[in-house]
Amino acid sequence: MKHGVTICHFTRDHCFWHKVTAHPRALESVLRTAHQMIVETDGMTDTLERARVSGQSRGEVIREICRHLVPFQTGERPITGDTVIAKDLTIDSLAIMDMVMELEDHFDISIPMNVVAEIHTVDQLADTIQKLCARR
Amino acid sequence: MGLFDRHAGLLEAYRDVRTTGYDPFQIRMERVLSPTEAIINGRKMLLVGTNNYFGLTFDPSCMEAAIEAIRAEGTGTTGSRIANGSYSEHVALEQEIAEFYGKKHCMVFTTGYQANLGLISTLAGEGDQLLIDADSHASIYDACKMTQAEVVRFKHNDPSSLDARLRRLGDRPGNRVVVLEGIYSMLGDSAPLREFIDVCKKYGAYVIVDEAHSLGALGDNGRGLCESTGVIDDCHFIVGTFSKTLGAIGGYCVSDDPDFDILRVTVRSYMFTASLPPSIVASVRQALKVVKAKPELRTQLWSNVSTLYEGLAAKGFKLGPEHGPVVGVHLPDPMTAIGFWRAMLDAGIYVNVAIPPATPNGVSLLRCSVCAVHTKEQLEHMIEVMTGIGRQLGVLDDRTLRVVGGAR
Ligand SMILES: Cc1ncc(COP(=O)(O)O)c(C=O)c1O
Repeated sequence: MKHGVTICHFTRDHCFWHKVTAHPRALESVLRTAHQMIVETDGMTDTLERARVSGQSRGEVIREICRHLVPFQTGERPITGDTVIAKDLTIDSLAIMDMVMELEDHFDISIPMNVVAEIHTVDQLADTIQKLCARR
Repeated sequence: MGLFDRHAGLLEAYRDVRTTGYDPFQIRMERVLSPTEAIINGRKMLLVGTNNYFGLTFDPSCMEAAIEAIRAEGTGTTGSRIANGSYSEHVALEQEIAEFYGKKHCMVFTTGYQANLGLISTLAGEGDQLLIDADSHASIYDACKMTQAEVVRFKHNDPSSLDARLRRLGDRPGNRVVVLEGIYSMLGDSAPLREFIDVCKKYGAYVIVDEAHSLGALGDNGRGLCESTGVIDDCHFIVGTFSKTLGAIGGYCVSDDPDFDILRVTVRSYMFTASLPPSIVASVRQALKVVKAKPELRTQLWSNVSTLYEGLAAKGFKLGPEHGPVVGVHLPDPMTAIGFWRAMLDAGIYVNVAIPPATPNGVSLLRCSVCAVHTKEQLEHMIEVMTGIGRQLGVLDDRTLRVVGGAR
């Protein structure tokens, strides 16, 4: 049985969307290695490591994070789950904290500053948001 | 990795700043002549960036009190209050500040920075939640690094943003501690304190208000925003500094909490640093008397604020949102701000330049602080000079001339 994911590739000015269909196994490896963002899945998310939690699909969370990060992209390098927010982008620590405040209000959660300090990558930020949404 | 490698970005930015010829962060005041004039680079400068809101640094009665105290009790205490004891003047000063606010207790610190650092990090401990305004002063942010409490920021001057964060805590255990400032030091805007207090009451949160820039300036008796908004009784802790309106150095906190004095043996920034020297305590006590006796200084300060703010706004400068003893002038980017600052120095006027990361929302500012003893002529001259530079640098053009910044 095949599943599909919609992949979004961010650059400074554009985002490209395309659908990938494959067996879950193959898809997982695509997701792990892809330098792209997975923004939507067609229901096979449960088989993936990062499942839909409390109504916030990983896609929604990642999309919202990327919306804030795209202005800080450097060159053509896409934003991926492995992007180290403070290092790979031109965002400074104050702007990161301001982004966190916006994300807090969007998802109606609070992310304490000491938790933010431990977050480095986009994936880690998404994990934290999903976890806090689940506890809500 | 070398010790300084992590500062590479900052070093580079700092180098850029210094290419303008002066280093805004290492100005040498060769001689200070009065609250409003000093010699810098061999030239007499008009000072409009020193937080000296009432001009009390040269008040003869404060100076005499300090000199007298040195003769009577020497130059320093050489230790902290818990080690070397309290001089009777320390205790008298604390009583006088407590009385000034109508609060039961007061604790005096060696700086306002230490007051915030120690109090906030001690009051909010493990299991508690500390909520701070996004534009808080560095001393408040540093307290957040020291506290064991969970820290959450809310949007600057936005009571609904605080409300959302307190609501999200639900019925989780722990004390809620909210930190606010009377007047914010970069843009001179004041907090909607009454609205904030209503939110805090709704959720049973403790309130700490830092009146560093509003002491003397606001309220019928100069107690600050807590007085002008009528909420002194609802502020659990009021913090402030002697380094601005009172023209010296030191910090304080007042409170009605019956157990307040336990802080004297728990707040480390109080316990492990030398107490204020007799001369400072004496000049501060006198300065507080002057603040009480001369409300005309407050009237004069606001009249000067009005002259500068309205004058600059009329020329098309984009300013902070409201009148305040700090007047922040927005400039498009850090290099323009530094160029502008430098041109003002060349024209004989000293103000502060504030650029990211020290500013909220990445803005670049000239930060002007108004003094009650500035003359109208001095301020009008400044407006003229700034208008000329603004036109030269293309900050003021026909387009910006129509955009008169700020409310009121
Ligand atoms: C809001 C605020 N709090 C505290 C302080 C620290 O005051 P002090 O100079 O007494 O350390 C300042 C001064 O920079 C300030 O602006």
